[in-house]
Amino acid sequence: MRHTISLLVENKFGVLSRIAGLFSGRGYNIESLSVGETIDPQISTMTIVTSGDDQIIEQINKQLNKLIDVIKVIDMTELAHVEREMVLIKVAPKQENKAEVLRLAEIFRGRIVDSSQHTYTVEITGDEKKIEAIIELLKPMGIKEFMRTGKIAIAREGTKKG
Amino acid sequence: MKMTGAEIFIECLKREGVTHVFGYPGGVILNIFDLLYDNKDIQLILTRHEQGAVHAADGYARSTGKPGVVLVTSGPGATNTITGIATASMDSIPLVVFSGQVPTMLIGNDAFQEADIVGISRPCTKYNYLAKDVKDLSRIVREAFHVATTGRPGPVLIDLPKDVTASKAEFIWPEIDIRSYNPTYEGNKWMITQAAHLIAKSKKAVIIAGGGVILSGGSGELRDLVEITDIPVTMTLMGLGSFPGSHGLSLGMPGMHGTYYANKAIQESDLLIAVGMRFDDRVTGKLDAFAPHAKIIHIDIDPTSIRKNVRVDVPIVGDVKRVLTVLNKVLKEDIKEQWEEVRKAWLRQIDAWKKERPMTYTYSEDVIKPQYVIEKIYELTRGDAIISTEVGQNQMWAAQFYKFDKPRMWLTSGGLGTMGYGFPAAIGAQLAHPNKLVIDIAGDGSIQMNIQELATAVINKLPVKVAILNNRYLGMVRQWQELFYNERYSYTHLEVVPDFVKIAEAYGAVGLRATKPGEVEPVLKEAFKIKKTVFMDFVVYWKEKVYPMVPAGAPIDHMLFEEKEQKTEKKLKAVK
Repeated sequence: MRHTISLLVENKFGVLSRIAGLFSGRGYNIESLSVGETIDPQISTMTIVTSGDDQIIEQINKQLNKLIDVIKVIDMTELAHVEREMVLIKVAPKQENKAEVLRLAEIFRGRIVDSSQHTYTVEITGDEKKIEAIIELLKPMGIKEFMRTGKIAIAREGTKKG
Repeated sequence: MKMTGAEIFIECLKREGVTHVFGYPGGVILNIFDLLYDNKDIQLILTRHEQGAVHAADGYARSTGKPGVVLVTSGPGATNTITGIATASMDSIPLVVFSGQVPTMLIGNDAFQEADIVGISRPCTKYNYLAKDVKDLSRIVREAFHVATTGRPGPVLIDLPKDVTASKAEFIWPEIDIRSYNPTYEGNKWMITQAAHLIAKSKKAVIIAGGGVILSGGSGELRDLVEITDIPVTMTLMGLGSFPGSHGLSLGMPGMHGTYYANKAIQESDLLIAVGMRFDDRVTGKLDAFAPHAKIIHIDIDPTSIRKNVRVDVPIVGDVKRVLTVLNKVLKEDIKEQWEEVRKAWLRQIDAWKKERPMTYTYSEDVIKPQYVIEKIYELTRGDAIISTEVGQNQMWAAQFYKFDKPRMWLTSGGLGTMGYGFPAAIGAQLAHPNKLVIDIAGDGSIQMNIQELATAVINKLPVKVAILNNRYLGMVRQWQELFYNERYSYTHLEVVPDFVKIAEAYGAVGLRATKPGEVEPVLKEAFKIKKTVFMDFVVYWKEKVYPMVPAGAPIDHMLFEEKEQKTEKKLKAVK
């Protein structure tokens, strides 16, 4: 099963490598990983999407906890939380589809962040399903490339584990 | 007062109570070596290879319980430590390894003797540091010793750029404050009570004691537990010595080359109490078929050890010594069971297994059986020697035929299985215990992996004894080839084995040789009398194999025994 694991880590060099090394060294899978600073500049947050059976997920959580630079591990899958991902999609639609691209962007509450003679770049934010859906819908219009940020997640207030 | 990084380093070591450092000099670490030149408090033991330095520090640590300290230079000096660090990491041995590094302004420039040792050592250290600023140095050293020796111990590496050891800072000795590192020592009381109830309900319980018992200093508490509950104990390779091997309730070692009765007891048991061990594949054999009827209580300080390989009914994260103290109290005060009655039938069954297949071998009048050498060593030392081993057959025979009654007397590379470990480890142990008899039980293959440390032993006047079980083969691999690869001895015959007596003499040590069974005891007696480094070359029967044996991937009660082979050999003779 897929799990979204959120980490608080020391903002030091080598930490990302420790975490990536843990996953590669033990044969765990990383589907996406995103890193950013927190309100405290000495602490970074990471969101890792991984998958495995219960035993593997338990090991991943424990192994992450064991790393000395990891301050806190929260398996978001176990609590109510909000997930978001952003995607930038560069579409090169035919003349007759241009309007449809703009319409789809609007339906998905996206924005056009760049346009050229032949292309639009659409920015969409949402949960994974929404991102997958817009990609599916824009595919027939001619996607040149897209960039996904990877998932970030935050617990809903009142459900955080101590 | 301002001090240079090198001076700070020396001051930190003093404060940590370090008296021995194992190492090898080189360009970028010279600032520190220069201070060691006339330092009276810290003795540097110059080995002949950095790997030897790390193993020696490891032997020092295992035999004393104190962290072993290593000091090497950058590049190849640092990379040579990796096998030693990985060995210590797999066996949870506290080491602090200092490596020199090129000056900070050159890092990343592929400078002469530059290696990214922090990157290279990351997966095999508990933690590592690059000391970029002299102001952080004392904090880093203090943290390193703390991390190495607390929780589940392990090796920590500190990389010291040359300019950091030269530049100056005010000396500070800060309190340790690592917010993200808080090992759990006290076991959960509710879980411990659950464990006590399971123990009370069980009829056929077995304790498996591992290296964690020794690391936590919990041998006394383990013994109390056994004496309260009358439960038999099997000790993993790392756990030998955690419980007296000569005790009536000892089952010896379990697993691939374990005793018949230990494996039988595990497979038939209704409750396994795993104490400070991690269910290595050499212990469990085929996982699905392991202890099929047993509930499992697992006590370990490292939560990742629990439920990694086997299902666990009662997990207890905590320090073995502290958990057992509480468990024993609960068993004594809250559960007043008539243990002898409960265990009677089970212990009778175990005795029957012990009689059915005792740990034995066939003695020979004509050729030296390696097991005979070990038996004689045990007899002559009365179990009161520190024994190190290399890896392979020599290691398994030593584990099977030497009975360890006390902890920290057994030094062996369990997890990584490092050939070349035993001799330098014995050197480290001998330094820490100058008046003890320290013996490395070696093979002719393994001893050649760090044979250069003869110089270290001789120069430091260390009376280490090395008993080489010389069969001219890489015996354990040869054994696998014989049993599982149609006797195709691919590159396991060493063909040219050097004259170990002459090698010893060339280094200024003493060399002795035994080629017949009758010579074994005189050679051992003579060696133990000599107050010098001694190599004993025991020319042993080359075909001897380690039995019993569980083939890799089989359930642990599917064991091969010696007599089967005798039958086939007889058959072969009859055919000829």
